[in-house]
Amino acid sequence: MEVHNLQELRRSASLATKVFIQRDYSDGTICQFQTKFPPELDSRIERQLFEETVKTLNSFYAEAEKIGGSSYLEGCLACATAYFIFLCMETHYEKVLKKISRYIQEQNEKIFAPRGLLLTDPVERGMRVVSFLAVLCKGPELPTGGFLGEDTQK
Amino acid sequence: MGTLLRTSFSDPGVLPRATPDEAADLERQIDIANGTSSGGYRPPPRTKEVIINGQTVKLKYCFTCKIFRPPRASHCSLCDNCVERFDHHCPWVGNCVGKRNYRFFYMFILSLSFLTVFILAFVITHVILRSQQTGFLNALKDSPASVLEAVVCFFSVWSIVGLSGFHTYLISSNQTTNEDIKGSWSNKRGKENYNPYSYGNIFTNCCVALCGPISPSLIDRRGYIQPDTPQPAAPSNGIAAYGATQSQSDMAAATPLLQSEPSLTSDELHLPGKPGLGTPCASLTLGQPTPPSSMPNLTAEAALTDILPLKEEHVGHQFLTPEEAPSPPRMLAGSPLAHSRTMHVLGLASQDSLHEDSVRGLVKLSSV
Repeated sequence: MEVHNLQELRRSASLATKVFIQRDYSDGTICQFQTKFPPELDSRIERQLFEETVKTLNSFYAEAEKIGGSSYLEGCLACATAYFIFLCMETHYEKVLKKISRYIQEQNEKIFAPRGLLLTDPVERGMRVVSFLAVLCKGPELPTGGFLGEDTQK
Repeated sequence: MGTLLRTSFSDPGVLPRATPDEAADLERQIDIANGTSSGGYRPPPRTKEVIINGQTVKLKYCFTCKIFRPPRASHCSLCDNCVERFDHHCPWVGNCVGKRNYRFFYMFILSLSFLTVFILAFVITHVILRSQQTGFLNALKDSPASVLEAVVCFFSVWSIVGLSGFHTYLISSNQTTNEDIKGSWSNKRGKENYNPYSYGNIFTNCCVALCGPISPSLIDRRGYIQPDTPQPAAPSNGIAAYGATQSQSDMAAATPLLQSEPSLTSDELHLPGKPGLGTPCASLTLGQPTPPSSMPNLTAEAALTDILPLKEEHVGHQFLTPEEAPSPPRMLAGSPLAHSRTMHVLGLASQDSLHEDSVRGLVKLSSV
């Protein structure tokens, strides 16, 4: 049910306004997103919640790109097996990306959908942005009126 | 061979182009920042400054990809893509060398240098052994191929071993060829200039470059292109294909500017051979990102009103072309034309839903 509603939201996302949170390169080339609160979301969500979400995402990405013993081992093992090992198992990075997708899905269901927002997975946008889709209220497609709030005017 | 193939065929870390919404959002922010309305003339190149590890780095805006390039990324005119941690475009390998395939490239040149040294050593040994029996000139006469081999190997050794050494240096100082050539982090620029990406330790730098985690590809090279809303009036706003098209690679390479795109649309309309539409909207499950184009010889421009349905016979062809993507795309010009099919236009309603979920920005994890 929840997933179905999310799909409905996505479908009507074409009518939505979008807020993009860009990458933050102050720490180098690692994947991080800016935690600066965009003014367009002011009325839709609490600052605290937003920051927490972005910080959690950043920490996930840091974990994915972490260089340390285990990642070296994985790299060396992969090299030793001529990278055939990746036919059997997925890389640490991919595992974390899956975790991130699940986290985003959860967050969407629990927190953002009730506020009429939809968070997109950065991996779908080439890791350039995290986008919040503020979905407009539209009639017949949506199962209940409870999901959506007011129109967003830009 | 394995490393050569891997270098050639793996995604170097291509950055997908921005969706039109993102591009519009960025443009708006830039306009606000500049405080000007451009009014028709091209505004000056847009840059953003970031401080990384104490060094000021300028991020440039890529007009072709409509994004601010991450640090160390660069736009390759041959591949017509922005590539992360761009090292160089290697014509021998037929692909860009970037973040994701640098280690394969390095292993390739390393193994190649061992090979050339090996061959040279044995050719010389062979000739010496023979000349001990029959005299030097006779030995050369008996196996003329050895002379040729020796000459080729000799020159190869110098160039390839040199290249390996150079890349070893680059890896240990965590620089890219691009940065080294430009002297971005050299001491000659100023005393305070240092490489902000280096970990300080040669060993760490090497380990990270060669054994660090590889991020999965951000582009989907096996997906079919989804068309954009067919609005002939609108100039194409970003290009769905992450690889270059034949006509585009020439033009985009020369002029990766917005002005080049409208002129391309008429070109694109005339080209009947546009494999790529694919799986019609019914198969789009909106819960998942739809695979974007990544066909190198395709664009789904906003101006394109004709879209070709994809037939099964194309499938084989489709899989072929991503593989050939690394090699100069110009070679593939002939084949899509041969496969042209009847065109049909998707309804606008479906276009809307497609438009949002589709191609340009959306990517799917691919296995490479």
